[in-house]
Amino acid sequence: MKIIETKNLAKRFDGVHAVDRLSIGIEKGSITGIIGPNGSGKTTLVNLLSGMLPIDGGEVVIDGVQKLTHILPHQISFFGITRTFQNVRLFEQMTVLDNILVVVTERSVFSSFFEKHTKYHQKLAEEVLQKIGLWEKRGQLAVNLSYGQRKLLEIARTLAMKAEVYLFDEPFAGLFPEMRKIVSGIIRELKRENKTIVLVEHDIGLIRELCDYIFVMDEGKLLAEGAPEHVLEKRAVIEAYLGE
Amino acid sequence: MNLVVGYTGLLSVTHAAFYGIGAYTTAILLTQSGVGFFPSIVLGVILTLITSFLIGLVLSKFKGDYYALGTFGFNTILFAIFLNWQSLTRGPLGIPGISRPELFGINFASNFNFLILALLFLGLMYFASRFITSSSLGRVLKAIREDETAIAVFGYNTLYFKLVIFIISAAMAAIAGSLFASYITFIDPSGFRLMESVFILAIIILGGLANLRGSILGALFLILLPEILRFVGFPADIAAQMRQVVYGVILILLMLYRPQGLIGEYKL
Repeated sequence: MKIIETKNLAKRFDGVHAVDRLSIGIEKGSITGIIGPNGSGKTTLVNLLSGMLPIDGGEVVIDGVQKLTHILPHQISFFGITRTFQNVRLFEQMTVLDNILVVVTERSVFSSFFEKHTKYHQKLAEEVLQKIGLWEKRGQLAVNLSYGQRKLLEIARTLAMKAEVYLFDEPFAGLFPEMRKIVSGIIRELKRENKTIVLVEHDIGLIRELCDYIFVMDEGKLLAEGAPEHVLEKRAVIEAYLGE
Repeated sequence: MNLVVGYTGLLSVTHAAFYGIGAYTTAILLTQSGVGFFPSIVLGVILTLITSFLIGLVLSKFKGDYYALGTFGFNTILFAIFLNWQSLTRGPLGIPGISRPELFGINFASNFNFLILALLFLGLMYFASRFITSSSLGRVLKAIREDETAIAVFGYNTLYFKLVIFIISAAMAAIAGSLFASYITFIDPSGFRLMESVFILAIIILGGLANLRGSILGALFLILLPEILRFVGFPADIAAQMRQVVYGVILILLMLYRPQGLIGEYKL
């Protein structure tokens, strides 16, 4: 079953087709890789799916039911979608703990007005921070973390959302091997829980290791799709992606 | 204003106008009708809630510098109304003879009694603000300040949060305006111009953004400093100008060496 589908999805920037009539389907419970050279439209696609950029054409279908031609950022969590960012976006001058607590509390203004920390929220925050090894740093401001720790905190923030679909935009970029292991472990664990992961990644080794299915993009278009072991052998993919 | 500027990160310079709405509501009702001081505060707050809701609806669509410019415009518009709606506000002539309040037989005509009343309101506002900043709402406001788009992706419609905190802080400014009108017993539009908003902004930046105690400290500092400078002993013919110069230099030095304010947690 397809949990997210795009139908002729399009995005233009001053006449440049960043995403050009793209039609893809993401299977529920799978790890789907999106690969392609720089500027091929991978991050633009994630931004369109998460409402951070307005859609210029086509539609996004969620769960086969919700047909959307206009998505607002605050709507995506109600569809069970969460994301990380290519360039880490934390709440810098808030503590590590608050970076987690802020996404697990009430969404309405009125409810949040009367809501205080509860044991449930604290436990959830502790659980995700322990998982990524940042529980000891819970009192530190996010701005004081190292680059790798910031990447991990951003992933922890998505885990706290208990979403159905995780859009990870280059989660391994700039991480040490130990941290890469933690992130790989988290992605595998999410798959075991039947969650859907969309992985934008440049590291072909990781794509081969983790993904069930991949889409290759080039100049906003779909170049190839299929199982990694098949797609990565295709001549057109090798030429476009590896430049050989 | 610290709730809007310090906690939510929205640079606002409209608050003198809301302060003015509270002051004019109290002044007009006390001098032209039988309404008492405390009901006049309630009416001033209601009028400010309506006005700030309408203004906030427009402002909440803006971010960053555009938000600040929008608040600049609204303060100018409301000041023009105070100045030119002469049949209601008496324009530049101002409204004299505003009485001091009385409650349960306690007369607040004396300055000491009025100080007690003002401190009671200050305590009330402080704890109301504290309640907000220590709730989940306060945490969301800080997240909006840090990265509005990122927090929106996690399911928060930031427009409502920005609107609500703007309205709440406007209502607090209106209460301060009512107290001011009754304390001074005379008001005119000059007390509610843009520079007054800038002065309030200077108070919270100097005291410390996103720190409620900082707001109080900043107010004490900026109000008392010019008075303290009276005792420095400048020659009489240039004393006033020198006080202004020293006052300015102290502010610049503080911003150079303590950009987050005296006890602030966040800098613009």
